[in-house]
Formats: sequence, C-alpha cells, structure tokens
Amino acid sequence: MGGGICISLPGSLKLAAPPPGVAIPAPARRVVPVCSPSESALSTEKISSSLSARPHDGGDAPAVPATAASEGSVGIVVPQRHTFSEPLELACGRTLRDYTLVYETYGELNAERSNAVLICHALSGHHHAAGRHSPDDKRPGWWDNYIGPGKPIDTDRFFVVSLNNLGGCHGSTGPADTNPETGKPWGPDFPMLRVRDWVHSQARLADLLGIDQWAAVIGGSLGGMQAMRWALEYPDRLRHCVVIASAMKLSAQNIAFNETARQAITSDPDFCGGRYLEQGRLPRRGLAVARMIGHITYLSDDGLGRKFGRELRSGSFRLGEEEEVEFQVQSYLRYQGDSFSGSFDPNTYILMTRALDYFDLAREYGDDPVAAFSHARCRFLLVSFTSDWRFAPERSREIADALMHANLPVSYAEIESAMGHDAFLLPNERYRRVFAAYMNGVAAECSDGGDR
Amino acid sequence: MRVDFDVIQEWIEPRSRVLDLGCGDGALLEMLGRNKQVSGYGLEIDPARIERCLERGVNVVEQNLDQGLGNFADGSFDTVVMTQALQTLRQPHLVVREMLRVGRECIITFPNFGQWKARWHLAASGRMPVSDLLPYEWYDTPNIHFCTFRDFDLLCRENDWTILHRQVVSETLPGRAFKDFLPNLFGETAIYHLTR
Repeated sequence: MGGGICISLPGSLKLAAPPPGVAIPAPARRVVPVCSPSESALSTEKISSSLSARPHDGGDAPAVPATAASEGSVGIVVPQRHTFSEPLELACGRTLRDYTLVYETYGELNAERSNAVLICHALSGHHHAAGRHSPDDKRPGWWDNYIGPGKPIDTDRFFVVSLNNLGGCHGSTGPADTNPETGKPWGPDFPMLRVRDWVHSQARLADLLGIDQWAAVIGGSLGGMQAMRWALEYPDRLRHCVVIASAMKLSAQNIAFNETARQAITSDPDFCGGRYLEQGRLPRRGLAVARMIGHITYLSDDGLGRKFGRELRSGSFRLGEEEEVEFQVQSYLRYQGDSFSGSFDPNTYILMTRALDYFDLAREYGDDPVAAFSHARCRFLLVSFTSDWRFAPERSREIADALMHANLPVSYAEIESAMGHDAFLLPNERYRRVFAAYMNGVAAECSDGGDR
Repeated sequence: MRVDFDVIQEWIEPRSRVLDLGCGDGALLEMLGRNKQVSGYGLEIDPARIERCLERGVNVVEQNLDQGLGNFADGSFDTVVMTQALQTLRQPHLVVREMLRVGRECIITFPNFGQWKARWHLAASGRMPVSDLLPYEWYDTPNIHFCTFRDFDLLCRENDWTILHRQVVSETLPGRAFKDFLPNLFGETAIYHLTR
C-alpha cells in the first residue's frame, strides 16, 4: 500500500538527529527523525551486493551527499505534464471534463516502441519513482532501488513511464485543485475514483506517448491492482503484468484499517467536511494519525521489534523518578505522521483508501477470478513477502491459483523478509534477483521485435 | 540432458497440460515446451532453481509439495510429473495420491535404493551409502524416504494404481548391460507412468 514511500519534505528533514545516547529535552523532541523505514531495513536485514551502496541518506549515519552520477541512478529527472481535454467518463457515472497528469520517463523508447514499461504507484505514491529532481535532493524517487541502469527495471533497456494518478496531490488533477465550475477547490466534491478510472487515464497517457502495447505494466500493492485491471481492460495492450504484494480484493480487516485512518482525518476539527482549503485550514493531526495507523500495519511486529525494541528516547523507569518516558518507536511514528501530513492532501488520502477498498477484480465476472482472468492474454509475475500481513502471501497465491486455472502463464515467488508490506520498496537480494531474472526475459523479447 | 527426461518426453502427449512437481531448474518443462508444445507450470521451493526457471522463461510457482496440492482442482492437468523428488517428501504416498487426483496420469522418477552399489556400500562398510548420485551423509540428506523398485511396485498394488509403463535407466556401463534382467539390482533410476 505504499507505506514506505518517503516523500521528501525539505522542511521537516532539516531537523538533524541528535548523536546517539544524547537525551533530548522534552520541548525539543516533538519532531525527531529517528529513521525512515528504508534505513531500518538496512540495519535489520542483511543486504549483500551493490544495493547496499544505494544513495539514500541515513538517519543514524552521516548523510551521504547525493551525486547525480551515482551508480545505477537515472540521474536528474524532470517531471512532465499534459492536460487531456477529452472528457473522461468515470466508473461512478460522473465525467471529468479535462484533467492533467504529471509523469516522468526514464530511458529511451526504441524504434519499434516495444520497450515501454508502465509503473503504477501505491496509496501514497506519485510520479517520482527514480532519480532525483536536483543534485541536492536528499532522497531519490520511491522505487529507485529497482529502477535504473542495471537494476531490475533496467533503464538501459526499457522506456519507463511513471505517473501521478488522477486524484493525487503531486501535480495530477485532484481534490486540492480548483473545480472549474465553482472556482473553488474540489475538496470533497472531487469524483470518487476507482482503479479502472486510473487504468483508463493511463491508457490515454500511453496514446499520448505513442505506446500501443506496454512490454510490462508493473505495480506493488494498490499499483498491482492497477496492473491486474490493465490485463483485463486492455488485454492487447500489455505483454507482461508484474503484481507485487497485492491482492484481488481487500479483506475486512484491511478495510477496517482504512476506515480507522479515514475516521482519524474526518474527525479532526480542521477537516471542515473536507472543505479545509476554502477555510484556510488543514487537518494535519488527523492525517498524521491516519498515517501512523497505516505505517504500523505496513511493518511487521518482528521488523519494528528488531529496529526499536523497547528502547527509550528519553526518561527512565528508575524508582522515585516521575519523568515521562518516551519509547523510540513513539518518536519514529510521530515523525512519520508529521512529515507525511505536511506533504499529502487529506482528501486524496481518503480517495485513495476508498479506491483500495472498492477494488474487487472479479466482481463483474460473477465473483469468479478464473472467469475474470480468462480475458487476460499477458504473462504474469507475482511476488509476495513472508511478513506482509496486509497483503499476505495467501492473497498472491490466490491470484496464482486463478491464473493457473485460467491456463495463463504465471510465475510466483514468496520472498523471505521481516519488513512487512514495506518490503516491496526496500532492498532485498532475493527480491532483486527474482525481479531481474523475469525482467531480463521481458527485455530480451523487446529486442526480438516486441510481439509475442 | 538427463536420461530420464527422454523417456518422459515419449510418454507426454503433444499440446497437453503438464504440472511438474519439484521442477528444479525448469529444464524438463523447457524441453517439453519446445518439443511437444505443452503448456504447464513447475512447482519449486529452492530460490536458486526458481531463478533459473525465470531466466529460462519457464512458469514456476513457489509451493511446498509437503503442504499438498489442495489448490489444484481434480483432473486439471493431463499429466503431473515428479522427477527425483519422491524421496525428499515427508509423505510420498499421499503426494502420489494427490498427483493422480490432479492429473489424469502421472509420471514419477526416483533413485533406486536397491541398486547394487547401495547394497554393496551398506553390506561392506556397514554405513549408509554415499555415492556420486546420492552424495549426502545420512544426517544432512534431503532424501528422507528411500525405496527400491520392488517397494514402489508394492505401493502401487496396495493403492490400486495402474502402472501404464515402467522403465529403469542407468548411466553406468554395468547398469546399462544388466538393468533389463535384474532391474532392482542394476537400475539406477526408476520411471513409472501411472494412472488411476
């Protein structure tokens, strides 16, 4: 669900972490970056090979200066935007008169236009999947671990397209934009979107870029749902569908977590029924709590335990002392919540979680996944992670079983990881090898001329 | 090319649907796809072998055979194949039963523990056989359920499984010369073709 997607937030990242062991006086400890999930991955999972040399900065280690020419990076990238003036009919029955999509591309489209790959983002993702916007960026794009020269999605071989989905808050048309009919922000009036609406808008983007058929459509979590919907809605427009840590529909428990997150946002007094922008307010606290809830569920008990245990950030349990105790994990979660709530639109968060809840791949096929997939014509790769309990391996196995029953080509790997759902974003040697082995075959087909 | 693969290939119908249990590096499925246009999947749990399958473009699904084939419907494959994995299973007889439920037919190959080398090793040294074919010590071997041809024949009889074909192969010279006379003594690998 894109739990670990780190949106770089220059403002809040300016606070430097104190040296280890230094107690922080109470007033100053409100926003203390302990570490990001990516960093916790580095310290809890042994990562061999070149991926450990990735250009992330570390909260516990001195920041590594970001260089544009760092190994395996697509370097400096510039987002592009296009406004589509052909109205888009939505699943909810309403129509968007026109809309803007922001996207990035990496690599070169070949002469046959057969090497294009679409990246579909997850709940809190966006178009900036790889590289950096400027040499000073502290962090690269959210999937820089897997997109770049020599990486599984090899930009020396593929033309990679990554967009911010409709309804997003990173440049594509969404609830924070102005409704042309009222001149005010859309807010809660922005149409509810479903996964298929994103897929249709992505198809328009493919048309714009002159891509008749994707070599692969790839996504993790909510992105994997988009990739599967592509396989059913546009069976002739993709050769491979890569679905990572995803599911054919959410479980009741999953919907329950999303509802709790939405309630945290809507019950914030600054939410103003979703019209907070008109009122000049922002339900930051509600969004931060929503993010904290989400974040806990994107990690595993084991992963959090290994990183934080019961370590204290301040205070002590000594007898006779009344000082308030703060655990490291508290400070970490608050940092995650605060930084997220300063960079993400609350209405977009509600919209994205609803799209997740509503998605049900086989609903219109008599609730029969085999019948649904019988419309697909591409090959599939499925990947899941052992400690992911929001998109558990069982969910991926259900997809694999349905595909095998439908007699479609499918491969499935279950990756050992302690990092929970976030694992799909983080360095992991086996994951990298599985992904690279499969994508290598996809790339080889492209140079053979494209069509199967 | 493994010698048992040639025999298996002859028993597989062109354009049929095949499930390969413990498919290893995917060599058999790749060969059957190329020569017999079969469609199918391999089940495997070893990460390195799964990667080899992905590199070859063979469909591979990570699944532990010891947890059964409950995710496959009755008769959903023409043939279910299992080469050199029977002896690694916790309950081999249940897996064969499952193979015959999921497939119309099944093909099973396994190393013959009754082969003269194994018998000689045990008789002469008094220790569990270690050979180039079965290079493990007793404590670290993945092969936990050895049987001989005769043992497997008995299992088929007890379960009323029909043996369509039975063949033994051997790659060594004495094995090749005598395997047809005394298969349980000279055959290295048994290949059974079964149906319900």
